[in-house]
Amino acid sequence: MSLGFITTLLVFQLLGEVISRGFDLPLPGPVVGMALLFLTLVVRGGLPSGLGDAATGLLKHLSLLFVPAGVGVMMHIHLLQDEWQAISVALVISTVITIAVTALVMEGLSKLAGDKGPQVGNNTLGED
Amino acid sequence: MGDEFYKIWVYLSTTPLLGLTVTLVAYQAGMWIYTRAKLNPLLNPVLLAVLMLVGLLMITGTDYETYFEGAQFVHFMLGPATVALAVPLYQQFQKVRGSFLRIMVAIVAGSTAAALSAIGVAWVMGVSRETLLSLAPKSVTAPIAMGIAEATGGVPSLTAVLVILTGIIGAVLGTWTLNACGVKDWRARGLAMGTASHGIGTARALQVNNVAGAFASLAMGLNGLATAILLPVILGLIF
Repeated sequence: MSLGFITTLLVFQLLGEVISRGFDLPLPGPVVGMALLFLTLVVRGGLPSGLGDAATGLLKHLSLLFVPAGVGVMMHIHLLQDEWQAISVALVISTVITIAVTALVMEGLSKLAGDKGPQVGNNTLGED
Repeated sequence: MGDEFYKIWVYLSTTPLLGLTVTLVAYQAGMWIYTRAKLNPLLNPVLLAVLMLVGLLMITGTDYETYFEGAQFVHFMLGPATVALAVPLYQQFQKVRGSFLRIMVAIVAGSTAAALSAIGVAWVMGVSRETLLSLAPKSVTAPIAMGIAEATGGVPSLTAVLVILTGIIGAVLGTWTLNACGVKDWRARGLAMGTASHGIGTARALQVNNVAGAFASLAMGLNGLATAILLPVILGLIF
């Protein structure tokens, strides 16, 4: 990963932290940094060469980066022990509802716009 | 011999080297199992790594602070990686500019449904306030979800685990749910997977259909942004 790229990311993160704290926003600094970088790319109208590959490289192992924080759950293991039933039910119901609502709204709006889009073939429905 | 080993252990357990190394080894072991199991979502590599590390720390009687002195070097990269999510977001955004408004409406609906349903069910079942606030951002990609949890009074590490579990549930139940709803548009199917189950749902969508995968990836980034903005408002209205 190039030094220029990591510097760019840190500068945007730093800006995000400053804005988030400066304006007392409930948004995490890195998320503000992400939004700023996204807007910068939209305004700039293109991806600088190398940034795409470098981001792909860093994000390929994104899931490694939250292992240390995940291990921290051992300090709150009592919450999981006491409330695992409620947590499981909430996760399953909420995930199913979220999938259904998002998909139905998107498909409904697309139909309204007369834009059918790529469809699942009847024969393959349920096989994937 | 035993005495020598003890001395080495005492030395190693106080350096960051050990915490950093075991984190990378556990993750690679998790990836190895996950790949061997043909990417079965139930054997999520992060979940496996976390379980291995928690087990290791408990067996060796190491406290989390000591472990984190080494692991913090990995943890630090979360911030820059979150910023880097802007890149795939921009790449996907380029492809869907025409239908962007529709996509945003669907994601805002999904984000609101995710937060309200998680909070609602958990509240009915009587969970603690800490758990409730940690559950609320569970559909968002982990780096952003942990930041949201921290900002809204949840427990970031609990959120990280709940996020992974949500991803697994979405990957396992996604196809069934979408078929039950009769949704046939690949764009809508992918968007739903990315909104509800972030990276894990996106990986699943990519296995099934390229269009669905692209929309899932877009939804993952946009839902992170949408939830970061909406959740403090929703929580402010409820509490």
